[in-house]
Amino acid sequence: MRIRRSAQAVLALATVGVLTACASGTANDPIDTDADITQQSLTVSIWADYYPDDLAERFEAATGVPVTIVNHTTNEDVMAKLTTGADSGIDVAFVSGQYAQALAEQGLLAELEKSLIPNEANLFPEASELAYDPGNAYSLPYAWGTTGLCYRSDLMDFEPTSWGDLLNPVAELSGRTTMLATERWMTLPAQKYLGFSINTTDPDELGEIRAQLEATKPTLLAFDDITFYEKLVSGEATLVQAWDGWCNYAIAEDPNVSFVVPSEGSDLWVDTMTVLASSQNKEAAMAFLDFILEPEIHGWVAENILYKVPNAPAMEALDPSIIEAFPNMGITPEELLEQEVAIDLGEFSVEYSRLVTEIQAG
Amino acid sequence: MSAVATRSTRGGASERSSRRWAAAAFLGPGALYLSIFFVLPLGLIVSYAFLTRGRFGGVVPEVTLENFARLFEPVYLQVIGTSIGTAAITTTLALLLGFPTAYVISRLPRRWRVTALILVLLPFWTNFLIRTYAWIILLNDAGWINGALQGLGIVDDPIRMLYTQPAVITGLLYIYLPLMILPLYSAIERIDPALEEAATNLGASRWRVFRTITIPLALPGMLIGSVFVFVPSMANFVIPELIGGGKSLLLGNLIRDQFLKARDWPFGAALALVLTAILVILLVLQARAAARAEGGGARAHS
Amino acid sequence: MRTPRWFRLPFWLTFAFLYVPIVVVVIMSFNASSSLFVWRGFSLEWYVEVFRDGALMEGLGNTLVVASGSTALATVLGTLLAVGISRYTRSGLIRAFAIAPALLPDLLLAIGLLSLFGLVQMTLGLHSVLIAHAVFSMAFVTAIVLARLSHVDPSLEEASRDLGAGPVRTLLRVTIPQLAPGIIAGALLAFTLSLDEFVIAFFTAAPNTPTLPMVIYSMVRFGVTPEVNALATMLLGVSLLAIIATQRLTRITESL
Repeated sequence: MRIRRSAQAVLALATVGVLTACASGTANDPIDTDADITQQSLTVSIWADYYPDDLAERFEAATGVPVTIVNHTTNEDVMAKLTTGADSGIDVAFVSGQYAQALAEQGLLAELEKSLIPNEANLFPEASELAYDPGNAYSLPYAWGTTGLCYRSDLMDFEPTSWGDLLNPVAELSGRTTMLATERWMTLPAQKYLGFSINTTDPDELGEIRAQLEATKPTLLAFDDITFYEKLVSGEATLVQAWDGWCNYAIAEDPNVSFVVPSEGSDLWVDTMTVLASSQNKEAAMAFLDFILEPEIHGWVAENILYKVPNAPAMEALDPSIIEAFPNMGITPEELLEQEVAIDLGEFSVEYSRLVTEIQAG
Repeated sequence: MSAVATRSTRGGASERSSRRWAAAAFLGPGALYLSIFFVLPLGLIVSYAFLTRGRFGGVVPEVTLENFARLFEPVYLQVIGTSIGTAAITTTLALLLGFPTAYVISRLPRRWRVTALILVLLPFWTNFLIRTYAWIILLNDAGWINGALQGLGIVDDPIRMLYTQPAVITGLLYIYLPLMILPLYSAIERIDPALEEAATNLGASRWRVFRTITIPLALPGMLIGSVFVFVPSMANFVIPELIGGGKSLLLGNLIRDQFLKARDWPFGAALALVLTAILVILLVLQARAAARAEGGGARAHS
Repeated sequence: MRTPRWFRLPFWLTFAFLYVPIVVVVIMSFNASSSLFVWRGFSLEWYVEVFRDGALMEGLGNTLVVASGSTALATVLGTLLAVGISRYTRSGLIRAFAIAPALLPDLLLAIGLLSLFGLVQMTLGLHSVLIAHAVFSMAFVTAIVLARLSHVDPSLEEASRDLGAGPVRTLLRVTIPQLAPGIIAGALLAFTLSLDEFVIAFFTAAPNTPTLPMVIYSMVRFGVTPEVNALATMLLGVSLLAIIATQRLTRITESL
């Protein structure tokens, strides 16, 4: 499309401004493996309550580097903040895999200096073949899991095994189910149920997914990715689409809650640790990643947050009673790797956004 | 000092110049502040609307009008329509509740007025999220209201109240009602009760007094209050999500989703421009009507 | 004219509507469970927990700084602007421009401001949140004062000037007192909106200066606990006490 020349000049000017901002954000400070990290300090952005309370003190005691830990609410929030071009002041950001991919593609992440992260050896071998970042060049996995059905066994007279139990619910369940509202997860049940990839870019398949979700919407209590486990505990909902770790909170509140990965399969999601290209403290940041991968620290995460971590010695040391109480903690890396990893779909993401909007607005 | 002297001795030109100085003193600081911290940021957002989304988010400097063409896809038009409807209902309800409330407050004994205003605002010092959760506790199928209704034997099965359009409107009304009451109070408090009384004494019916004196004088407050409720109601995204169960969207959800979830800033900016256009139109209409009412108000005074 | 009797019903209805959820918030602050949704018996543990939660207290402190600072700035600038607009302009566009920031979606202002701060390489902190909050607060003050100015009688100011008062004195002694109810209403609204603002604060705060809403929202993933209710209940209690005390004081001064 054509735009008048003068308008174009104005826009070009504005653009230069925006891009200068972006460029200055990525002014790269090369990694010096001999740097004295005690002269540095760190700011780490992570989900609240997703790490040991005394993490900052322990890291400072071990390395002499002072750490400020700050909390973000969602991937979306921290992404927006990291991509406006302003200096976020953040050195290490925890984001999910496909978001790490998008940040890396935009040149916002520093390549990891593996010589400073010897504890990477603790990771399960499976944890280095993840589609969003093969070989973990820009990110290291912190926690991982899958998505399934979380339900009140005492309020149901059968055990759900298929995504179909959520998508085409029996009459008693109608109005008592919820689905996740975040776009790639909202489409996941229909994709798996219909036998498609969760990364499909086939317009016909997207059409079938839309038809299924349009049929499902009237049977739903709500689209919800914040309070779905509270809805289960209060008895408002009976069957919800849930991440395994979040379902564990419901199980902790009410032992009648169970979790199942439907037979059609699901996804493998990963929360990762990344170092920002704009960081002036990259060496200390690498040391921080290394510190997290110590079995003791990483094991704390598994035991207290009830999320699986991709750390072999940490998971071996896990208290068996935890797996007994929260069976999805026992899902093995091999089993997880059978599930599909979501990747950022680039331009095609727009199609998913439109689809999800159509479903919610329709 | 000089104001009087200047006027009487030299008149014309210097009065105009002192008037210009006074105008600059009043308007200058605010205008400067808004130019830097409102016009510039808004300008950046507007410029995004003419650019292209990068493959993985961000903005690429390729000029296009594509983002505006997308606005006309049925799904987005539908959301814009729903938002206008929802906002209109919310605004009407806010006027119906807000006007009498503001009126009663403005006729309280003087020392109670500010207290009453604070009491209107006090609920909003409680965090938005837990206030919204409180509505969920009240309205859900297994919630307190349904519990009470069932306990009293008024209904057998719970009434589905939460995750419906009326629930969304209730939620919006709840958070934006004060934005109606405060401007109304500010305008009504100024109306001289003696004026209304005089008219009544002259034999006008109460309704006539209300229609010919109270409403016209309160009009600027009513108009600005209505704009204050209407526009944010379209732009809200948390209420449709938590109280509406994500089963319908407002323009605010679309904008938020494009900026945060889809990372499609250019299209998000184009959607935002739609909202900004509605906002500017309403504000200009409001300002015109207020200016006209001011003329009428002045007549009513004299 | 006396207040029409039937106005009383919507008046009380409004207050009932505004306070019903607050009653729920207060009740749930005594919940023995960590859930905000399911009642599991009476407990005072969350009132102890609040004071142990350093993050929550720090957030509260930051929020109070931002809310009072931005309200002060917005009230001064907004009042001046309103007076200026009503005296020296006739253009509806200028009015619209001055009020628009109150209505711009928070997310746009947030992203726009963050882009701007990035452009000029400004360091973020409480001051950047304060600046940002003053933008929309000021517009609310301007709008509310303008709604009142439309009835202010200009002859009083003229009289004051004719009696020899300078412009500053006329402003302070005549104009401002006439506008006071509008200014107070505007300032109260500005303070209230800043106190609970999340989106703009999230984008414009530095990582180490979170405001109270930011602290609370970050708890969402693992469930917000009743300690937030306990904090809200205490704030409510303190505010009510302050209101009662002020009422008493005014009554005493009035009786003198």
